[in-house]
Amino acid sequence: MENTSSEPKFTVSAPPHIRADTSVTRVMYSVLAALVPAAAGAVYFFGPRVLWIIVVALVSAVGTEAVVQRLFGRPVTVTDGSAAVTGLLLAFVLPPGVPLWMPAIGSAVAVFVGKQVFGGLGQNPLNPALVGRAFLMASWPVHMTTDWLVPRGGTKSVIDAVTSATPLSVLQDNHRILADPTSTSAQLAQAKQVLMQLHSASAHWHLFWGKCGGCLGETSVVLLLAGACFLLYKGYIGWRIPSSFVGTVFVLSWALGGREGLFSGDPLFNILAGGLVLGALFMATDMVTTPVTQRGKLIFGAGCGVVTAVIRFWGGYPEGVCYSILLMNAVTPLIDRWTRPRKFGTRR
Amino acid sequence: MNLRKDFAKGFISQNPVFRLVLGMCPTLAVTTAAINGVAMGLATTAVLVSSNLIISSLRRLIPRQVRIPIFIVVIATFVTAVDRIMAGYFSDLHKVLGIFIPLIVVNCIILGRAEAFASKNPVLNSVLDGLGMGFGFTLSLTILGSVREIFGNGTIFGIQVLGWGFKPALIMLMPPGAFLALGLLVGLINRLPIGKQGQPGRSLNK
Repeated sequence: MENTSSEPKFTVSAPPHIRADTSVTRVMYSVLAALVPAAAGAVYFFGPRVLWIIVVALVSAVGTEAVVQRLFGRPVTVTDGSAAVTGLLLAFVLPPGVPLWMPAIGSAVAVFVGKQVFGGLGQNPLNPALVGRAFLMASWPVHMTTDWLVPRGGTKSVIDAVTSATPLSVLQDNHRILADPTSTSAQLAQAKQVLMQLHSASAHWHLFWGKCGGCLGETSVVLLLAGACFLLYKGYIGWRIPSSFVGTVFVLSWALGGREGLFSGDPLFNILAGGLVLGALFMATDMVTTPVTQRGKLIFGAGCGVVTAVIRFWGGYPEGVCYSILLMNAVTPLIDRWTRPRKFGTRR
Repeated sequence: MNLRKDFAKGFISQNPVFRLVLGMCPTLAVTTAAINGVAMGLATTAVLVSSNLIISSLRRLIPRQVRIPIFIVVIATFVTAVDRIMAGYFSDLHKVLGIFIPLIVVNCIILGRAEAFASKNPVLNSVLDGLGMGFGFTLSLTILGSVREIFGNGTIFGIQVLGWGFKPALIMLMPPGAFLALGLLVGLINRLPIGKQGQPGRSLNK
């Protein structure tokens, strides 16, 4: 026999057998590249301070991953970029005025508690960046809900409602004033004026371009969309989760979000404001923590949309995207079990 | 030797919180400060030792078919006594621990030791078992309470230990912080090389 080498002539492996040159590293660096426009937009709108938040979050995430993997005796895989993606996404969901120790702690918690204690990349049940945000939100709620900055070109006045605080909290505050029977007529008049302005076409444009208050990476819808188009083209994210997520919020806010009965809401405002676009495009599409089946993805997105709408309209927080994704992450294994496809030729 | 082993096993090798994962309700609920952990642990220890003593001495008289109700009656008696004593002499702590003092009656450690140990072993062994388990429980609750108090408030037993611009992480005083601290401590203690019985511990990178 000629075949003396120990190398097998062909490989025997489990399906799928289609080979692609995709790798974790390539996907993660593509996601980082896709987030660059929004990061640049954040620096433009909120000033160079934002750059420091991003740098601290990135360094802390990558450093924590390296240290924890070394401690646990696992191979150190920080160069695959997954920790960097977690750090950058965490920076994106922080208010731009937070002190710099917050991204440091948040990234460390995100990588350690959100990912490494479960066994590292691919084993984490919840989105690590959102775990970090939830931790910060519960630990230092004052910083997380008041450290807003006014975007470039905006003013911090009640008249310029879109650029002060965050549009969603302005909306919630004014809805409360209108619902409060003890409000004076002057307060009522002002609240009505502010709401009119929030729902005007110019406010929608501000939200679309990113000239509005909010977490540093979530404000500019157009830049996030540009990055997401790149990932969609590469096939690293699917259309199902973002469209069912955004679509559900659109329908629910149109139907239930208004103050004058059914179908009086402003759906466009509700999908442009807050972290919905960032969450739907970059967090609800995380490969690890979302369903693998096609129907499961639609259910996942719709579930996120329902929870977001419920928190926004009836909850204590103005924004609910973070918790909606975390909650649906938790039920992802169940969704995958319910939507397991039927084998060809079998009956259910 | 056997007496010493019955006493010592509750500290590490069969620690009720970190190894047996029993009595989670008081463990998670009251450990917002180190002092609460000490108080809850000692109250539980008192009940545990007394009920072990009585149940062990009555073990030949208790019919097997109705043993659980009898255990519960014995335990409930001592819980009521501890509850009243604490209300009388440690009124502040009693207010903080609140409903969790009466709830000692359903703490699985106590019923567990009655069923698994006191009903089968001599009186002295049972008392030592109760003491060991109780101190192990107290130790665990104090550690957990200290960790949560340090990170959630910057203090331990009310004494400032973290100052200089430390911003307390409120989450550590809330329910998620309890689960977080407990999970990380269990993980840490499972990594300790001491007191492992039976199969060798599962290492993280198996």
